[in-house]
Amino acid sequence: MIQLLILFFEFFKIGLFSVGGGLATLPFLYDLANKYEWLRLEQISDMVAVSESTPGPLGVNMATYAGFQCAGVLGSVVATVGLVTPSVIIIIFVYRFLEKFRTSAIVERAFYGLRPVVVGLIGAAGFGVMMIALLHMQIVQSEGIHNIVGWFRWKECILFLLIFFASKKWKKIHPIAFILVGALAGIVFQMGA
Amino acid sequence: MKTLWGLFLIFARIGAFTFGGGYAMLPMLQREVVESRKWATEDEVLDYFAIGQCTPGIIFVNTATFIGYKQKGVLGAIFATAGSIFPSLVIIVVIVAVLTNFAELAVVQYAFGGIRVVVGVLILNAILGMWKKSIVDKFGVCLALVSFLLSAVFDVSPILLVVGAGVLGVAVQTFRASKTKGGVKQ
Repeated sequence: MIQLLILFFEFFKIGLFSVGGGLATLPFLYDLANKYEWLRLEQISDMVAVSESTPGPLGVNMATYAGFQCAGVLGSVVATVGLVTPSVIIIIFVYRFLEKFRTSAIVERAFYGLRPVVVGLIGAAGFGVMMIALLHMQIVQSEGIHNIVGWFRWKECILFLLIFFASKKWKKIHPIAFILVGALAGIVFQMGA
Repeated sequence: MKTLWGLFLIFARIGAFTFGGGYAMLPMLQREVVESRKWATEDEVLDYFAIGQCTPGIIFVNTATFIGYKQKGVLGAIFATAGSIFPSLVIIVVIVAVLTNFAELAVVQYAFGGIRVVVGVLILNAILGMWKKSIVDKFGVCLALVSFLLSAVFDVSPILLVVGAGVLGVAVQTFRASKTKGGVKQ
């Protein structure tokens, strides 16, 4: 019960402070993974993959996934409801001041600072996700700069570059197609081991 | 009651059939909410979307809350919001339950080893796109780099950085506005 309350409160906080849509919840989930045992950093990128490959908004999908890791089906419901509760309250409030809010100088000025910082935050969380995929983190931590060559998962790095250039060249291909290619390549070349 | 149920169903349907959220939802919203049901005008939907972007939370969910509230007050907001998250809940719970049962298999672990690489690319592309769209001047570049460092190296809480960024934005822009006003007077 207490765990469910903590879960609700954590996702309430995420809902209250994540602005900018899409991946905006990523830095907060990364924070959760550092804080709690029931969420591991590798699971964050599994979460993104599942969320990208299923319908529905990314943030909601990720909350459902993380809630399940913590406390099963009930955890999913509690986390998702926690995530949307602050915005329901805020929207109902904002609705009455719709015009004022839309043209408010303060909102616009706050966003002048917010937008770049959200990019920085998502960048930091994304950087962590990429490191886990591309580096042997145990070697990085245990041997440090004495064994830089040993840091890299070479097969994964090559796949990263190939997928990156492919995604630039064929912009219309849906992310799910790339995720499938990744899964196949992972099985054939035994990645992540 | 009929309208409340209708709100739930429509937003559940949109949630169930669009991938990725955000702007991917816009065409469906326009067809279902504006053209078929006339619950809002096209301009209103665009306004809700714009405001959904600058209020905390998920843009699609925020838009659902808006339209629900407009139709049926607080209850309408709750039904529309519940509808917008319902399909994700069901679909993700089923997938995670299945995945958890197969997670120990070597094949599944290898597959996710490859998938993580692709997710890295997807996130990198999203960040590059956001960088182009969100960062308009040198001050923005500094803010993005400093917040990256504070978060990645010093583990500063994202809540603190988001709140700080909002306050800083207001302070800097208010200061600039007062300076240009002063300049005009002279």
